[in-house]
Formats: sequence, C-alpha cells, structure tokens
Amino acid sequence: MIPAGFEYHRPTDMASAIGLLQAHGDEARVVAGGHSLIPMMKLRMASLSHLVDLQGIAELRGIELGADVIRIGAMTTQNELITHEGLAQAVPILREAALQIADPQVRYVGTIGGNVANGDPGNDMPGLMQCLDASYEVVGPDGTRTIAAREFYDSAYFTARSDEEILTRITLPCPAAGTGYAYEKQKRKIGDYATAAAAVLFGPGGASIAMTNLADTPVWSAEAGAALAAGDTEGAVSAALAAIDPQEDMRGPIEFKKHVAGVVLRRAIDRALSRAAG
Amino acid sequence: MSKMHVKLKVNGDEVEGLAEPRTLLIHFLRENLKVTGPHVGCETSHCGACTVDMDGKSVKSCTVFVAQAQGADVTTVEGLVNPDGSLSVLQEMFREHHGLQCGFCTPGMITRAHRLLQENPTPTEEDVRFGMAGNLCRCTGYQNIVKAILAAAEINNAQKEAAE
Ligand SMILES: Cc1cc2nc3c(=O)[nH]c(=O)nc-3n(C[C@H](O)[C@H](O)[C@H](O)COP(=O)(O)OP(=O)(O)OC[C@H]3O[C@@H](n4cnc5c(N)ncnc54)[C@H](O)[C@@H]3O)c2cc1C
Ligand code: FES
Ligand code: FES
Repeated sequence: MIPAGFEYHRPTDMASAIGLLQAHGDEARVVAGGHSLIPMMKLRMASLSHLVDLQGIAELRGIELGADVIRIGAMTTQNELITHEGLAQAVPILREAALQIADPQVRYVGTIGGNVANGDPGNDMPGLMQCLDASYEVVGPDGTRTIAAREFYDSAYFTARSDEEILTRITLPCPAAGTGYAYEKQKRKIGDYATAAAAVLFGPGGASIAMTNLADTPVWSAEAGAALAAGDTEGAVSAALAAIDPQEDMRGPIEFKKHVAGVVLRRAIDRALSRAAG
Repeated sequence: MSKMHVKLKVNGDEVEGLAEPRTLLIHFLRENLKVTGPHVGCETSHCGACTVDMDGKSVKSCTVFVAQAQGADVTTVEGLVNPDGSLSVLQEMFREHHGLQCGFCTPGMITRAHRLLQENPTPTEEDVRFGMAGNLCRCTGYQNIVKAILAAAEINNAQKEAAE
C-alpha cells in the first residue's frame, strides 16, 4: 500500500499554488485532507508526480456567517463544521449530515472543499450542497468564477472545475427561519459511504430534495421539491425516485438500492416536516 | 524520488530525518524513529490502530504523508504516560477494566480516547461509543473499552474537583 513517488509542495498563497498547477499540468494534484486522495494513490488509482498541499494557504480557511449567506473556506474540516455553534444554528442540516460522514478521525482532517471537489458519488456533501443551492468559487489562471453546485457534477469524478483551478469557497444561502430539515443516510456500518442518503429542506422558502450515491452524480430533483412544497409527499417521493439510477455493487443490487432510497427519503421528508415551524 | 528533510515534534521531542515525501507517517514513526506504539492494522484508513494525536486531532497515521506532517506536533501512546513514566489514569483504567485482550488495537484506542476526554471530559456511554467509532477491536467486544474510558473520565474529574 505504498503510492508512487512524487514531489511535494506546500505553497502559502493562491498565486503560487495555481502557478504549480499550470507548470505541471495533469502531473499535479492538490491535496486537502488527503482522505479520499491518499487511499486512491495507495491503490495506484490516482497517479501524479507533484502533490500541491493546500494546508499552508490561510485564505482557504474560515467560516463567515452573514445575514443572508454563509461562506465556508474550502479547507474547513468536517470537524470544524460540526463544532461551529453559529453554523449549527444557521444551517443545522450541515451538522446533522457531517456527523454521518466517516468516523471521528476522518472528520478531523477531511475538508468540505475536498468532499465537494472530489466528484465521488459516494461523498455526502455534494448532494447536500445541491439541496441547499450552494455555489462554489473556483480560482484559476484566468481568474475567479462561481459555479452552482447543481451545475457542478458531470459524471463520477468529472466536474465543471478544470485541472488548473482550485475550489476556494462555498457560499450557501441561509435557509429561512422555521425551515424543517433532515439528512437521512443508510450505511452498512459506521465509516461507510451511503447505500442511499437523502437531504430534505421544507419551509417558507419552499422545499428541496437531493439524494446521494444513487447515480454517478448527486441527484437533485426540482419536481420533487415542487411537489413537496405543494404538500404532495407521495408525488415528491415518486419524482425523486424517478430521477435516480443506482448501479449494482457491494452495497447491493439495484432493486434493493431503490427500496432503500424510498425508505431514507420518506424518513427524511417526515422528519423535515415535523421540524418545520407552524 | 529524492528524499526530503523532515522535521516534526514527536512526544515532545524535536525529531528530524530523511524520507521520501510519499512515506506514510506511520512508517516514519515506526521505522525511522522506532516509535512502535502506533500499529499498522489495515493500512487502508479503516481500523484506527495507527491513530496518533497530531496538532490536537486524532489522525490515522497510515493516511498522512510524512511531508504533510512537516512541522506538526505528534503524540503517540508512548507520550501519554505521566511525567514520571508511570501509566496515566486512562492507561491504568484499560488495564483495570480489561479494556484489552491481544492489545493490538490498544495504542490507537488509548490515543483516540485521550483526545475524546480532552474535548469532552464528561462523556455519556453514547458519546464514548460515537467518539470511538473510528477504532476497531477484534477481541474485546468493546464493552470493557467503553467501561475503561468512562472510569478514566470519572477519576480525572474527581481528581480535578479535589484539586480545586
Ligand atoms: C474510512 C473512510 C470513510 C469515509 N466515509 C465517508 C463518508 O461516509 N462520506 C463522505 O462524504 N466521505 C467519506 N470519506 C471521505 C472523506 O470525507 C474525505 O476526507 C473527503 O471526501 C475528501 O476530503 P479531503 O479534504 O480529504 O480531500 P482530498 O482527499 O485531499 O482530495 C480529494 C480530491 O479533491 C481534490 N481537491 C481537494 N481540495 C480541493 C480544492 N480546494 N480545490 C480543488 N480540488 C480539490 C483533490 O485533488 C482530490 O482529487 C471517507 C474516507 C475514509 C478514509
Ligand atoms: S492502519 Fe491506519 S486505519 Fe488501519
Ligand atoms: S484487544 Fe485485540 S484487537 Fe482489540
């Protein structure tokens, strides 16, 4: 379990980091917490000759709570998301979901930026970010652009980010006061990726539903959200289930996954409705 | 690939060495420094036997390159003993409550439990089970590990109260 050799870089500002990515092209990769990348490197499923560590870049850290939006630096760890009281007040679904990711050790180092940039359909944050209508700021040689989470994922491991761009920040609109929420995840054991997971928001601002690990990208369904907002729970469930496309793997055959998807989705909807004010 | 000059702190001492950046922290600790407390159980980020404390976080040292640990402050089970070399309360409670059988998982368990108690000195049984979920044990069935940690919390808190 030893990865191939590489040269290590620890830039302290964004310009140097992007310079390294430009200089080395697809031979270079950034590393955040490394808890998706290093296992892939050990299996030799990811190969690179320059590893650009983002830990020294201070501007990639920090959580800013605004009145209407929240900004989270890409290098914020899952543990930092969980322990931030203001964030848990403003967007409680974020803590609820982060607590269901992996195990304590992984959450101390795994970052939100790495989780959303990775493009692995098993990651929990991308679906949640689509549910919350987050957007990602990416910075590259040509400057800064903002990409909606709902537009970011093309297929497994392929995203709208180009190789020379670094994801710097995630912006979330604050859910309206009184919004009910739930993140429900079925997994084989602690530390496992989802067999199926569902993120649901329901409140004065409308409703939103996204699902995880049930296709090669996260699945956000506009119709499901609209049905739920109109009070049609069964319509919401059937719209969301019509949008998934699970594949058979060690977590089970397709029929089983569809069944589990329905179970977690109904639970998430029930819990979100029961938590909504009024 | 050329080696890099690695400098970090391990159990309070400044240490240095030459290693390829791809060297995993667990291998640098065990092979270069002969700090063999942390164990290699799975080497695939699942078992927690390699857990060390790095800059105040419980980390699986099989999933960290030594290059990433450059400049870090690392504590292993060896560094958790009392200043006079005797076993800490937590270590003593693992012994007293039979929190180990073969002992393979124990360095990771104790290192993780140490951080858990630093962050939450009064955990419930539920908190302990949730907080220890990244550490696997093939022998004990966990019951006695949980008991040991809860007992250590109680003694630590009684000692703190007595000192106040
Ligand atoms: C045992 C185990 C269980 C796990 N279980 C779960 C789980 O249940 N749910 C879940 O969601 N995740 C799980 N994970 C993954 C974990 O949450 C990862 O830490 C996370 O997905 C990636 O974050 P990272 O900071 O470690 O990223 P890294 O591994 O450092 O990077 C991942 C990828 O993203 C790229 N990248 C990282 N940061 C940026 C950036 N700022 N800009 C551009 N590209 C970037 C890297 O180049 C790499 O390709 C698990 C991991 C382990 C080891
Ligand atoms: S050896 Fe590191 S988690 Fe098992
Ligand atoms: S005591 Fe044997 S693995 Fe835990």
